[in-house]
Amino acid sequence: MSGLPNTYSRRYFLKTSGEVAFFIGVSGILPQLVSCRDSAGLQEQLEKHELTAWVKLAEDGSMTIFNPAAEMGQGSMTALPVLFAEEMDADWEKVTVAFSPQETDIYGSEGWAPGSKLMFTVGSRTTHSYYPVMRKAGAQARYVLLHSAARHWEAPLEELTTSNGEVIHEASGRRMGYGELVPHLEMPDPLPEIGDDALKNPADFKLVGTVLPRTELPQKVDGSAQFACDIRLPDMVYGLLERGTLHGAAPTLRNEAEILALEGVLKVVPLDYAIGVVATTLEAALAAKSALKIDWSDAPASGFDSQDIYPEYERIAASRSKGDVRTEIGDFSSAWSRAANRYTLDFKNDYVYHAQMEPLNAVVQVAQDGQHAEVWVGSQQGPDTKLGIPALLGIPPENVTGHLQYLGGGFGRRSMNDFIEECGALARELAPRPVKLIWTREDDLTYGAYRPLSFQRITACTDASGRLTGFSHVVVGDGGNLAASGIANSHYAIPNQWGEWREASHGIRLKHWRAVGHGPNKFAIECSLDEIAYGQGMDPVAFRRTLMAESPRALATLDKAAEMAGWGSPDAEGRAKGVAFVEHGSLGTGICEISLNRENGQIRVHRFWIAIDAGVPVQPDIIKAQMEGGIIMGMSSVLKEQLTVVGGRPQQSNFHDYQLLRIQDVPEAIETAILPSVERPEGVGETATPMVAGAIANAFLKLTGKRLRHLPFTPERVLEALSS
Amino acid sequence: MPKYSLNINGTSREINVAEGTSLLWVLREHLGLTGTKYGCGIAQCGSCTIHLDGSPVRACVIRVDQVADGQQLLTIEGLSENGDHPVQQAWVEAQAPQCGYCHSGQIMQAVALLEANPDPTRDEILNHMNGILCRCGTYLRIIKAIQLAAQNGQTKTS
Repeated sequence: MSGLPNTYSRRYFLKTSGEVAFFIGVSGILPQLVSCRDSAGLQEQLEKHELTAWVKLAEDGSMTIFNPAAEMGQGSMTALPVLFAEEMDADWEKVTVAFSPQETDIYGSEGWAPGSKLMFTVGSRTTHSYYPVMRKAGAQARYVLLHSAARHWEAPLEELTTSNGEVIHEASGRRMGYGELVPHLEMPDPLPEIGDDALKNPADFKLVGTVLPRTELPQKVDGSAQFACDIRLPDMVYGLLERGTLHGAAPTLRNEAEILALEGVLKVVPLDYAIGVVATTLEAALAAKSALKIDWSDAPASGFDSQDIYPEYERIAASRSKGDVRTEIGDFSSAWSRAANRYTLDFKNDYVYHAQMEPLNAVVQVAQDGQHAEVWVGSQQGPDTKLGIPALLGIPPENVTGHLQYLGGGFGRRSMNDFIEECGALARELAPRPVKLIWTREDDLTYGAYRPLSFQRITACTDASGRLTGFSHVVVGDGGNLAASGIANSHYAIPNQWGEWREASHGIRLKHWRAVGHGPNKFAIECSLDEIAYGQGMDPVAFRRTLMAESPRALATLDKAAEMAGWGSPDAEGRAKGVAFVEHGSLGTGICEISLNRENGQIRVHRFWIAIDAGVPVQPDIIKAQMEGGIIMGMSSVLKEQLTVVGGRPQQSNFHDYQLLRIQDVPEAIETAILPSVERPEGVGETATPMVAGAIANAFLKLTGKRLRHLPFTPERVLEALSS
Repeated sequence: MPKYSLNINGTSREINVAEGTSLLWVLREHLGLTGTKYGCGIAQCGSCTIHLDGSPVRACVIRVDQVADGQQLLTIEGLSENGDHPVQQAWVEAQAPQCGYCHSGQIMQAVALLEANPDPTRDEILNHMNGILCRCGTYLRIIKAIQLAAQNGQTKTS
């Protein structure tokens, strides 16, 4: 087929297909209607033009809307299609949702860079980034339906309206369901661009802002939701890697012949940093992995002891050497020299591990010719890099097909391709048999890519009137933005600010961990503000109010959270409240109420109140779920989680020694207020987590007069703080 | 390779696997019952929770040869015909899952609770569910779902 020539009978095509796909050029390229059963034609269109294909519509009115983002629990399978359906005026009852094909040119959005296209599901950017994309595509689909009905009825398009899956002509009293229009569909040529002014006024939204059940949850309660680890293919074999416990160490295998002689073992595949084994069954591969005898080289991490490094970090923070300047507003030094009161406060945090419940895994099949590959994976990467497979295997990118599966948790760990490339390296050796690579939990934890250990030194000063005039934040740690994100204070009016990252490197693998540097850095900032408030004899909320005077949206979250928590009314006996503000796309203030067991050092969090401004709340219940989950993951990292390194080797290996928060430790309630807004939506996945450390430590200070300055707040550290 | 006969979800299944193979791998990789998940392999996370003669157990630490002929195994796939067991319905009503990976195990653990104790207190729920980890932090909605299922009062396994 040569690109659906104009001579092709479109009507015949549609009548025999029963289902059509709208291909709608968002950049004015000739639109087409293509049968969804014609996969070759479909693919040809996708390859031939820069088109978007967002919806399939059947004659019975049922439709499938494509979600271009990964679904890792954050609700993209609902929030993005709702935006499309809103502008299309679709009947949500008739909508099903499917993952879009993994085609960045077609399904990408801007991400961070205007004009670019990405399918990267990271940084809480998805809803923000796709907001205009999904709305315009939905409005274009609606326009096609209006245009087709106008032709069919021979009525002026301007007289037609749509509502809940129907086109309506009030003047003649006629109405047709979208599905009924399928045989009459005609693509306007050219399709007009949909400008911002052609989109709905948020006040007129019917679906956006309502509470809709998440579309994929039925599959997640009956076991049918498919994660990459659930893939089973004919002739599939199983791969495992032994990576050792010293990140980056090189292996020398001492018993290859012995391993190859084991039942079911097909291949031993040496990599730079690991030995791979492939076997016919998972249990045979596991047995082979545990039988490997490997000598390991040294690595950059050799000799590194994480818990002994803090004095060195403190020395770096105190030195005169300048690092990477991230924030420079006004003149901090001058403010410092003229200050009436000065504060110097240090904060520390240990490594934390992602602990997504689905250990890393992938399935890769390389074709016999070595020039095609298919990948089944749960990845936050999208297809932008084709998951690293082309570069690794020398396969043309267009010959790599990705099949996105549900992610059993992402939290940043699945935005890295290491596990996919490993699977590709094994699959190349086993071609054309598909290989399922599994990381055991021990692999996933010990060879993790952690949130870096870091050290924050805050220096701040006030003038004679008690005004906060200077705030400096120096963070020492590995990984650039992994350590430094969140050090800017965009919503606090502090005239002189300095933010700086100073590097310290240890050869430990690192990666974005939910909210990245915001966790440790907001902890440092928010605790410092309470110290300064008390130093001025001010209430912490009242003090923040003065700082937020020029940021009304931030201030509204503070006021609302304070109101919800009953801030200012006396605390119950043995309890205290603490506050923290976070900006991470959306703006949020969290207040917690804690009590303390002074015998064993256990902190109990009774309640959290959150007020959030996320712009248009596309799906309010999903926002609430993200607040709840974000707080609980935050509590887990703040109260429990600690990854330590001795001699370069992570010391924890599974959930018996890397403790996560369990259900017995949850607060009685997490209450969320979503402030109304018509502004563009902002991400909500990483706003709550960084509130937790500051809010708890501030409540602890109020309750005990003692300071918690080192994450996590283990019972030992709590007892130590109490006796200080 | 030895042959084992297992009664799973009311059906007899025969498989040839190496002695000592984890029941979890038998279910997932040999029989395709992938609703039961691998999370830790050492009975610390509970993602692999199934029922053995009505009691919740962690499939990852049970060897296939430890399951006797005649013992009844129930996995999430066998809980209901159409995903409509009252606990599953309550789970959707509460909008409990996020990533969803641990929720087969959560649901199987909760069903066992409600079969033994149709009207559990909050503390009883917390005690019973404490072995099942959820990294997305959906615990409050899990509590709510169990309370909803208890209120709906129909917790018998179909």
